[in-house]
Amino acid sequence: MTIAVNIEQVSKHYGQLTALQSLNFTIPKGSFFGLLGPNGAGKSTLISIMAGLVYPSKGQVQIMGHDVRHAWRQARQCLGVVPQELVVDMFFTVNQLLTLQSGYFGLGRANRPWLQELLHVLNLEDKSNTLMMNLSGGMKRRVLIAQALVHKPAVVVLDEPTAGVDIELRKLLWEFIKRLHQAGHTIVLTTHYLEEAENLCEHIAILNQGQLIALDHKQALLSHHPYRLLYLAIPNLELSQLPPALHPKIHSSTTADQLVLQLHQDHDPIATVLDTLRSANLHFTDLHTQQPRLEDVFLSLTHRAVPHSL
Amino acid sequence: MNAYGLYTLLHKEIFRFLKVFVQTILTPIITVLLYLLVFSSVLSHHVKVYENVSYIQFLVPGLMMMSIIQNAFANTSSSLFQSRMTGNVVFMLVAPLSNWEIYLGFIGAAIARGLLVGMGLWIAALYFVILPIHNPFILLIFAILGSAVLGTLGLISALWADKWEHISAFQNFVILPLSFLSGVFYRVDTLPEFWEQISYYNPFFYLIEGFRYGFFGVADVALSTTFLIVLTFYTITTLFCLWLLHTGYQLRH
Ligand SMILES: Nc1ncnc2c1ncn2[C@@H]1O[C@H](COP(=O)(O)OP(=O)(O)OP(=O)(O)O)[C@@H](O)[C@H]1O
Ligand SMILES: [Mg+2]
Repeated sequence: MTIAVNIEQVSKHYGQLTALQSLNFTIPKGSFFGLLGPNGAGKSTLISIMAGLVYPSKGQVQIMGHDVRHAWRQARQCLGVVPQELVVDMFFTVNQLLTLQSGYFGLGRANRPWLQELLHVLNLEDKSNTLMMNLSGGMKRRVLIAQALVHKPAVVVLDEPTAGVDIELRKLLWEFIKRLHQAGHTIVLTTHYLEEAENLCEHIAILNQGQLIALDHKQALLSHHPYRLLYLAIPNLELSQLPPALHPKIHSSTTADQLVLQLHQDHDPIATVLDTLRSANLHFTDLHTQQPRLEDVFLSLTHRAVPHSL
Repeated sequence: MNAYGLYTLLHKEIFRFLKVFVQTILTPIITVLLYLLVFSSVLSHHVKVYENVSYIQFLVPGLMMMSIIQNAFANTSSSLFQSRMTGNVVFMLVAPLSNWEIYLGFIGAAIARGLLVGMGLWIAALYFVILPIHNPFILLIFAILGSAVLGTLGLISALWADKWEHISAFQNFVILPLSFLSGVFYRVDTLPEFWEQISYYNPFFYLIEGFRYGFFGVADVALSTTFLIVLTFYTITTLFCLWLLHTGYQLRH
């Protein structure tokens, strides 16, 4: 079996609203999988369906071969979800919460060393007897992660684990998640920090308005993207001097002394662009190009690329 | 079956109310003692009860059951509704716990709270009155059934409610009147015919009847009838509650 999560024709409607529309894809076992998409794309809804917290209107999901609806006991044993919202039971201590969660999964004293290890690697040891309500947001986030892992699930889903988390903790989390991945866990991650996704994920799926609009290896996804960026250092750049033909190509990262153009691999040969600039009497002092980043691919696919205003 | 999971849930739910036992055990006991003080002195000469049973003796089992009922209801309704509102109910829902296991975890804790309040009251009431015990087994059965029925109603209301107001409405407009009008303070056959007939449709009446029978060995309705009616009511509420859990009503969207 090479499939960790199998998503088959999954649709979800909330009244008139279609949150998910006939999703059909698989998450390979052992992969580091990025589930990306703008706000409201349906990422959390899909994750909730995987966890059995939301019933799909149509379709089915299997976790490690176990159907979420029919073989729910096995499916849940294989899945750990870190929810997007900071939901915690305020009146318990960190230790109590982990012991309870582990107990729900049928694990008693024998699981104690693993809980201890979780506390250790998540830097929560000195907080283990603190009530949840007395923890900071970042600490609560770490407890949520520990809670999702009490039963060592084969598939770990993290719904925006780094939202509102400081740099140090973010690094700690990534180290930790990488270690889980190396230990053989399948990791499914949603994040709005596309740099994170680009650095970590091997596979990327992009959802938009409930539909799957991209699904590929990261490298393939990046190389299929037809655009690259051309950076030109032009002191005292006046955008109004730019020939009109170049206006649609101005990239949003353009600054007062650096012009950034988004160029199509086939239709915008760099030589032609440079000639156009020269004939407009614009002189650049430096130039380099950059291959597309995940963010560019993401924006072009989700049609969110905002034309740069003059 | 996930026995350890069920044990954990039960343990958590019991721990939850024990942590605030002043509010969940002590306060209800004191409230009932106040009722006892007031009603026994005001009513003792006006209300006729069974032969060889004083009014205050008659009153105590009724108040005990009323308290059991209200606390069992409060326990499940507030616990489940609170975790629904804060969202942490998801931790229970993502765990491999069946609807039955979830049900039993909550109801077990409701029974524990009902029994603790009932026992506490019995001990506290010793100061006022010593009750005969006709059959401890029947007492226990009805105390458990009362807690279980109301624990189930508590779960149902916690699933139905959208805000705390709904829970207190259920409590104040359904549970409270039904428990007050169930013959706690009087024998229903001393009521005017119309109200007596109405009382026979109140399921809580039978809980109190059976419970009182455990103490005195006498009742207005035959014990077997009482038991059958309570059991039927319990079965219906339980099936309804399990069906709600099965459909994921207000839990799994
Ligand atoms: N319980 C619900 N009832 C009605 N609509 C819902 C419900 N849950 C989600 N939706 C809708 O479904 C759509 C998808 O929401 P979802 O939370 O899955 O998005 P998301 O991709 O996780 O977004 P974000 O990045 O903001 O977390 C949204 O339009 C949302 O309003
Ligand atoms: Mg989300």
